[in-house]
Amino acid sequence: MTLAVGLCAMVLAVFFGLASAIGRKSENYFIRLLIETYTVVIRGVPELIIILLVYYGVPILVASVSKSLGYPVELNLNPFVAGFITIGFIYGAFAAEVFRGAFAAVATGEVEAAHSIGMNKKQTFLRVELPQALRYSLPGLANIWMVLIKATSLISVISLYELINNARIAVNNTSLSFTFYFAVSLIFLLITIISIWGQNKLENHNRRTGFEP
Amino acid sequence: MIEFFKNWIEVVNFPELMSGFKLTVELTIISLLIGFVLAVVLAIATESRYKIFNIPSKIFVFYFRGTPLLVQLFLIYFGSGQFRDELEAVGLWQYFREEYFCALLGLTLNTGAYTAEIFRKAIQNVSSDQIEAAKAIGMSRFNIFRRVVWPRAFRFSLPSYGNEAVFLMQATSLVSLITLIDLTQSARNVIKVNFAYFEVFVAAALIYLVFSSLIVFIFKRIEKYLPNI
Repeated sequence: MTLAVGLCAMVLAVFFGLASAIGRKSENYFIRLLIETYTVVIRGVPELIIILLVYYGVPILVASVSKSLGYPVELNLNPFVAGFITIGFIYGAFAAEVFRGAFAAVATGEVEAAHSIGMNKKQTFLRVELPQALRYSLPGLANIWMVLIKATSLISVISLYELINNARIAVNNTSLSFTFYFAVSLIFLLITIISIWGQNKLENHNRRTGFEP
Repeated sequence: MIEFFKNWIEVVNFPELMSGFKLTVELTIISLLIGFVLAVVLAIATESRYKIFNIPSKIFVFYFRGTPLLVQLFLIYFGSGQFRDELEAVGLWQYFREEYFCALLGLTLNTGAYTAEIFRKAIQNVSSDQIEAAKAIGMSRFNIFRRVVWPRAFRFSLPSYGNEAVFLMQATSLVSLITLIDLTQSARNVIKVNFAYFEVFVAAALIYLVFSSLIVFIFKRIEKYLPNI
């Protein structure tokens, strides 16, 4: 269950990160302001508070807004959904930083070459910048994945059926608390080791052409 | 508009939030300071030639970076209960049964491990010509570290270290799950009374934001104050 939430959240985080990185280039001042605020807020506020805020606050917000519109809507957030949306949202801000660096690392010569052929902005982006940026962003994203997987342990706070809660049940039954929590930590370590191995494989796959500009 | 703000300030029980905030600040500062010392020791130990320092510190850093802070806190707080008899024999149980000590221990070890990685990368980044020059003059290894390596490494690590300090502040909100009354927990206490989820959590988030900006500001000042080596 930890892995399921982690994977969904990672996908969401990549989405938010890409959206933010693209949005930063926008000529519209308000979009850039929104994204800056997003990044600053997420970096300054603890994840726990954001999780609690979303899980408890959003249903209330939705209820009060829709009531004033005359259309009462009762929203009960499933902890799984609330959890992975929140974590994806939070780590999207970090992913935005990673993508910002990755886009900056794409050789500008290539972008100019694409313009000179006559590709418009959207085409250059899709065909030239995006693939290369994705290659450069992989180490940063792998880092985010590590932190993300550990953050999923926080969702146990909103009582999601999850690794830590299982340990808690075992503890309550047997009072061998240290053993079980230590086992939980070993499981997380295992996930970390597997992630490191996967990350190495991905990076080697990226280097396979042997051309490093 | 003003009415909205007045209503908000009334609803949010700021004095109670502030007393929780006081604990958050305490935990952050103390863990940061002790973690700093621990991190320097660990960074040096991880780079050492002697296996007896090398291996335990590498394992320590890998463990504390690879597992979530929540699990570590639970491990120390709830887990020490399993070893109560052994700890009583050593006389340490009275510390381990207090939440404050457990939280401080967990936070310090965790931030020590992350900071040790930062310092290790910074130490490695010091250019070797300087170290060779110092060796050529005949400085002892300790002197080389103290006068050549460490100032440069510390200056190099400051941006990442500031980042890590902000993460530490965020992490202190986790101690609310170990029944300590920090800002997050006092926010929840206020909500138990008046059920204003949104207002109170937004207020708590704002307080955290201000505090984290303060931390970033302090680190930037330290960076400016140090000579640019």
